[in-house]
Amino acid sequence: MNKKYLYGGVGLFDSPDDIIKAASETSEKGFKKFDVHTPYPVHGMDSAMKLKPSKLAYFSLVFGLTGTFSALALMYWTSSIDYPVIIGGKPFFSFPAYVPIMFELTVLLAAVMTVVTLISIFFKFPNISHPLHDTQYMKAVSSDRYGICIEPDENHTIEEIELFLKSLGAKDITKIYYDDEELKYKNVILQPKFLLFLALIAVIVSGATYFSLNKLMFMQPFNWMREQAKVIPQESSAFFTDGFGMRMPVEGTVARENLPYLFKNQPEEAGKFLINPLEANEENLNLGKKKYDIYCSPCHGYFGEGDSRLRGQFPNPPSIHSEKVRNWSDGRIFHVVTEGQNIMPSYSTQLTNNERWATILYLRVLQRSFNAKESDLR
Amino acid sequence: MSSIDYSRELSVIEGKPALREIDDLIAKPLETKPNIKFFIGLGITLTMLAIGVIAIGLSFYYGTGLWGNNNPVGWGFPIVNFVFWVGIGHAGTLISAILFLLRQKWRNGIARFAEGMTIFAVMTALIFPLIHVGRPWLAGYLMPYPNQHSLWVNFTSPLLWDVFAVSTYFTVSFIFWYVGLIPDFAVLRDRTKTKIKKAIYSVFSLGWRNSNRHWQHYEMVYLVLAGFATPLVLSVHTIVSFDFAVSILPGWHTTIFPPYFVAGAVFSGFAMVQNVLIVIRKVFNYEHIITIDTLEKMNKIIVLTGTLVGYAYAMEFFIAWYSGVQAEQFTFVNRAFGPYAWAYWIMITCNVVFPQLFWSKKIRRSIPVMFVIAVFVNVGMWFERFVITVTSLSRDFLPSSWAYYTPTLTDFGILIGSFGFFFTFVLLFSKTLPVVSIAEVKAVVDGSQPSHEGH
Ligand code: HEC
Repeated sequence: MNKKYLYGGVGLFDSPDDIIKAASETSEKGFKKFDVHTPYPVHGMDSAMKLKPSKLAYFSLVFGLTGTFSALALMYWTSSIDYPVIIGGKPFFSFPAYVPIMFELTVLLAAVMTVVTLISIFFKFPNISHPLHDTQYMKAVSSDRYGICIEPDENHTIEEIELFLKSLGAKDITKIYYDDEELKYKNVILQPKFLLFLALIAVIVSGATYFSLNKLMFMQPFNWMREQAKVIPQESSAFFTDGFGMRMPVEGTVARENLPYLFKNQPEEAGKFLINPLEANEENLNLGKKKYDIYCSPCHGYFGEGDSRLRGQFPNPPSIHSEKVRNWSDGRIFHVVTEGQNIMPSYSTQLTNNERWATILYLRVLQRSFNAKESDLR
Repeated sequence: MSSIDYSRELSVIEGKPALREIDDLIAKPLETKPNIKFFIGLGITLTMLAIGVIAIGLSFYYGTGLWGNNNPVGWGFPIVNFVFWVGIGHAGTLISAILFLLRQKWRNGIARFAEGMTIFAVMTALIFPLIHVGRPWLAGYLMPYPNQHSLWVNFTSPLLWDVFAVSTYFTVSFIFWYVGLIPDFAVLRDRTKTKIKKAIYSVFSLGWRNSNRHWQHYEMVYLVLAGFATPLVLSVHTIVSFDFAVSILPGWHTTIFPPYFVAGAVFSGFAMVQNVLIVIRKVFNYEHIITIDTLEKMNKIIVLTGTLVGYAYAMEFFIAWYSGVQAEQFTFVNRAFGPYAWAYWIMITCNVVFPQLFWSKKIRRSIPVMFVIAVFVNVGMWFERFVITVTSLSRDFLPSSWAYYTPTLTDFGILIGSFGFFFTFVLLFSKTLPVVSIAEVKAVVDGSQPSHEGH
């Protein structure tokens, strides 16, 4: 033991009453650095030592609220902004359903962070090389005796402290010295070795997670569910002679609502024989407007004046309000939409037959609105 | 006026042991070599554990088809066992937090052990949802983390609330337990004579110095943790009950579920703690620390919560009738008189009838009788979860899909394994850590607090 570095003087008492009396006298005497050591918390000791009430609970409050609001923020952001999914017809932001998790995270964060704060900031732990450790004094106070420890300050020397302890009636008064190891001691938490250790753990954990989710899942036998004995779309198959996994539909198969067009390259016949099967009611016109606005308006403009929104990247079409188009039958326009005309592409794959007819109904409305008759004004 | 002083506090610890005797007594199991009985006990629990490991291994290899779970009873044993074990875990934090806030000093002798049991019970419980999902190695997906699929978990699902509730409960219980252990590690550190043990205890005690400047904050943290843990205990089984109550199945979709589940959890938890404590106090000679008075108080809580559970059973029937919902009425009649009537009546006898014996003071203080009743309560509470889970699923709205659920040998193997897992931890705990909180017990020994003369 290095006798040079003195920590303080200690004395022991045998009953809780004695230690309370000793503590209050010590604090009244004006010793700045003193502490009481007891095997369990003794009631009334805080006021005897004149300690201010612990402020730790305020930290807990802050941590708890942080937990509440970060839970809310996470749930709000993920389910209303980042990836909104309708679940059970509930609104994206369904607050009542968030309450349980908000509560749990409040408790989790508050509890964990309070204890971390207690240990690392209030106690400055872990610290296993304090001068009091491994002394007879510590062994006594952790078991059945009550001790007081006073450190010398500018007004009190160690001799005065020993005399004072004696006057209190303390037993086993001794001086406590630092030993070499304790002198060199630095808080573990900030040591590079410890930080490196933490970093290493972080790397290992994230590496393991990456491995298990991105590699392990694709290895035998963990890929059971992924690799099943069935043919999935676009896969090849040795079973069929053509090597395709998927089968071709039987010849003559027609997709629903897509009957083949009878008037290929026969615009005039189409104009003559095709009749619009739809009635010009509100439902059909709404459908027509929707489809027109989506599929036709980029080139023809919302009102069909040929004012394209494509800024010259595609030649502007002629107006649909021309004499020619106005006099065309619905069937003739249907032919243009179905087959395309010169550079205008075909819409037969984007629009079903009915949708095309509905669009034409709406196109008629546009034409009529530009060339209204006297009778329309009434 | 009268000679009885009602303000006098009754002593919690019998006799007036010297503080050092308490150290000696509590540290004894850690300082002596385990005897043959301990190894026999450990052998039994490890065998049970091995049965469970084999059963789970087979399930992983052949798939969950080895279990009785099938349409329409998809929940079967794994969920029954999960709810059962989470319920067992409720006594610990209740004792350490709620009874702490209520200043029930008798809790000091049993809090540590009950907390330990909480932790082990929750660990046991967690096995079940993990294996029930079929691919436990994908459990990471339960956490909301930014992933390749850019998908998030469903925060409106009670099953996800459960993930958060149970993992929070485990973490907080664990912290609570560890914080309580710090001063005791310091005691052990200062007592032990071997170097290795000393190093271990030093590390775990973090350098605790019994300083009052520390005790001050320490007590505050204990209070804060108790304050947070109290609503937490109540929330955990509430959320577990949401797993059922938020669905629309008759017999599950009821508002009484949260309080009913919490009462049931405390009920079964106390019964399990009671069982284990009776053995521990006998084996380690803790009769005057875990006193008969303490056990009697536990019995009072058992009869209270048992009555609450009985009330809930009755109320479920009443509401089924009163609601006028046919499906609901059918479910309850089916529970009591249908194919699972045997399970239902086991549940009623064990949970409602037997605990009522505790109204008699003589029975409350008779150790063999209370041990048997506590075992019955555990059996009954297991059957309660079985009845709730299985009867509702096996016969729901569509009679064409009704089916009888029969658990398989593998199911029982896993159940036995869960008991092996739990009791292995309990046994190891009793030999490696102080099973009674040294500092807390010292603080409630008569004469350990100042008399405040002249204050
Ligand atoms: C990619 C731009 C584009 C889109 C989209 C488009 N068209 Fe055209 N459309 C044209 C062009 C360009 C012409 C002129 C073709 C020509 O040179 O004969 C035209 C011509 C027409 C004509 C004949 C006009 C005439 O005077 O000969 C009609 C009718 C017509 N489109 C209807 C439609 C309808 C209905 C839609 C929506 C389903 C539509 N178009 C979508 C570019 C487009």
